[in-house]
Amino acid sequence: MNELIKVGMADLKVCKAPDGLTTLGLGSCVGICIWDAAAGVGGLAHIMLPDSTKIKNNSNIYKFADSAIDELIRELCEAGASRSRLKAKIAGGAQMFAFESQQAAMRVGLANVDAVREKLKKEGIPIVAEDTGGSHGRTIAFYPESGKLSIRAFDHPELII
Amino acid sequence: MSRIDFNNDNNEYFDVLREIGNIGAGNATSALAQMLGRKVELSVPKVRLLDFKDVGGAIGGEEQIMAGIYLLIEGAITGSMMFLLKKESAADLVAMLMGQPDRDPNAELGEIECSALKEIGNIITSSYLNAISSLTGLTVFPSVPSLCVDMAGAILSVPAIEFGMMCDKLLLIENKFQSGADGYLILVPDIDSYDKIFGALGM
Repeated sequence: MNELIKVGMADLKVCKAPDGLTTLGLGSCVGICIWDAAAGVGGLAHIMLPDSTKIKNNSNIYKFADSAIDELIRELCEAGASRSRLKAKIAGGAQMFAFESQQAAMRVGLANVDAVREKLKKEGIPIVAEDTGGSHGRTIAFYPESGKLSIRAFDHPELII
Repeated sequence: MSRIDFNNDNNEYFDVLREIGNIGAGNATSALAQMLGRKVELSVPKVRLLDFKDVGGAIGGEEQIMAGIYLLIEGAITGSMMFLLKKESAADLVAMLMGQPDRDPNAELGEIECSALKEIGNIITSSYLNAISSLTGLTVFPSVPSLCVDMAGAILSVPAIEFGMMCDKLLLIENKFQSGADGYLILVPDIDSYDKIFGALGM
């Protein structure tokens, strides 16, 4: 029986097909799915903040776009993925509350998405699909076997990218 | 760094935070009861120290659709505060306030309902913060509240991210209300503010 493995906030998991990975209620955080279709290995990181180098307390590497992607690539390769075959799909980075005074913290969703795109580009991992931004939460499920990412949201139809 | 030990939630500082929750929420409950013209039950406040991976499901479950009224706190104490309730409870609360007991709790929340909810959130959180301000002698300025109806996990990610900039766990003071409609009040002071609160109380 294939399993759907749950990934929490500031968390990261790697699985082998036919298992899948899910994270529930993504808000301003970003879910990063990276996989090697040929090896049937995939991983999901749920990051909260863009940059570990800009924050003093950065011991939790799963919390940040840059350090979580590094760790995800490392764990994927350890599980048998080929570095050169890695591809990515991303979702999340919403702005949940519309504050009138545009506080920096309220734009963190966009900053997270930008940081993820930049880091993946730097690592040479193409983003083949994404569903980011907006002002709604997302529950996502990723299946390395098919490379499909399912996105469910309140008041929105299910999206498969 | 803060005096709070993030690996141990059973110390005198946490007792003080619970008391702060009690006093703040006591005042907020009176305001809510007055607004609704009915009794509001308040349960014992909880001080919760959560790993981020557990935050999403901490209140109602990650995918529970909830209404969150969120505001930032500025002044001597900084941080954020949220009034969170299930979507159906939010509809019930608005119906009680607007004197429409027969309103369908599953109906969509329209502009007027959302506006009423924000106002309820505003009054409750202001009453809470007023009590904290009087107790500590520290000034507290709440921002204009913002409303979001969505999955609990997505709503809670916002204060979690705020706190995540400073810490690897989320510390919050949680109060639960019951008045036909259940609601949660969550206070998330910034790390630095905890020491200011304790200092103001002579600890």
